[in-house]
Amino acid sequence: MCTYLTEKVAATGSARGASDWFDVSEATVYFDHPQHAQYAHTLNIDFLNPDQGPSARVAVELTAETARALAQAIVSTLSSVPTGLLEEPALSGHAT
Amino acid sequence: MYDAMLAETVKITGAGGDEVEAYVARPLNAGPHGGVVVIHHMPGYDEAHKQITRKFASRGYLAICPNLYYREAPGADPGDASAAARALGGVPDDRLVGDVGGAADYLRSLTTSNGKVGVIGYCSGGRQSFLAACRLQLDAAVDCYGAFVVGKPPEGMPFQIEPIVHLTKDLSCPLLGLFGQDDSTPSPEETAEFEVELKQHGKTYEFHTFEGAGHGFFDVDRKSHRPKAAYEGWKKVFDFYGRHLAS
Repeated sequence: MCTYLTEKVAATGSARGASDWFDVSEATVYFDHPQHAQYAHTLNIDFLNPDQGPSARVAVELTAETARALAQAIVSTLSSVPTGLLEEPALSGHAT
Repeated sequence: MYDAMLAETVKITGAGGDEVEAYVARPLNAGPHGGVVVIHHMPGYDEAHKQITRKFASRGYLAICPNLYYREAPGADPGDASAAARALGGVPDDRLVGDVGGAADYLRSLTTSNGKVGVIGYCSGGRQSFLAACRLQLDAAVDCYGAFVVGKPPEGMPFQIEPIVHLTKDLSCPLLGLFGQDDSTPSPEETAEFEVELKQHGKTYEFHTFEGAGHGFFDVDRKSHRPKAAYEGWKKVFDFYGRHLAS
């Protein structure tokens, strides 16, 4: 179905697109039809930089089970990082 | 039998006078032919909908599929364009109506047109097909499992989508609705509510709900495809357009 269910997140980081790396400025998370995965619905994440055009995009389409496992892995990984490292400023000369 | 057809990308004038890309497929014989505007689903102006456009042409219709995401992402891959449009909150209803109106005008302007134009939409396009038929003067409309004609979308979603069943009184043409029994958007209860409204306003319509099918049963390249429902559904579409769009 076209669920329209979409979460939009302001993002800071980088993603590797089809031709090169780009700065990520936002991410959208939604549960809807995939473009490629052979499932009726998947949890989809787009990492985007609208200022660089629609092709500045890295997309993933995950089963709900995979998405939950990934979310837990992200939280788990972050919770085991020493606090000081989480608050590091961006290295000089790198995009933030 | 002469069955040559032409399929190509053109530019049309859409809402607000904007230039909009569209895919056109049309028989090359003299006609005259009825026209069909194909409204693509939310995942975009993709190969599947271009194929549907060619299918209509192969059956003797002038067909056009406007790229509803052209403004956000001209020339982009359909998936990227869909993602860009989604991030911006989707297609506003007024813009959709203007783009479908521009596409219908394009078909009517062709020398082989019989002046009649119908619309068909899938998924989010199903709702948009009904919307266009309420806001524009058309000759036939097909709603394939469009959600949120009745029923409010979930709270907090970023899309500006409102129920539009209150527009039923303005429906300008006969309506064909094709739905899946196992669908939840729209659910059989919602299509029943829609039907009550159509009856109340004395509109010409026919609804068919297919057993063993859910949302997206026409989508040949997706897991939701249900060949039996799709086969029967296509028969209903061509029968309906044959009665309302043929010369």
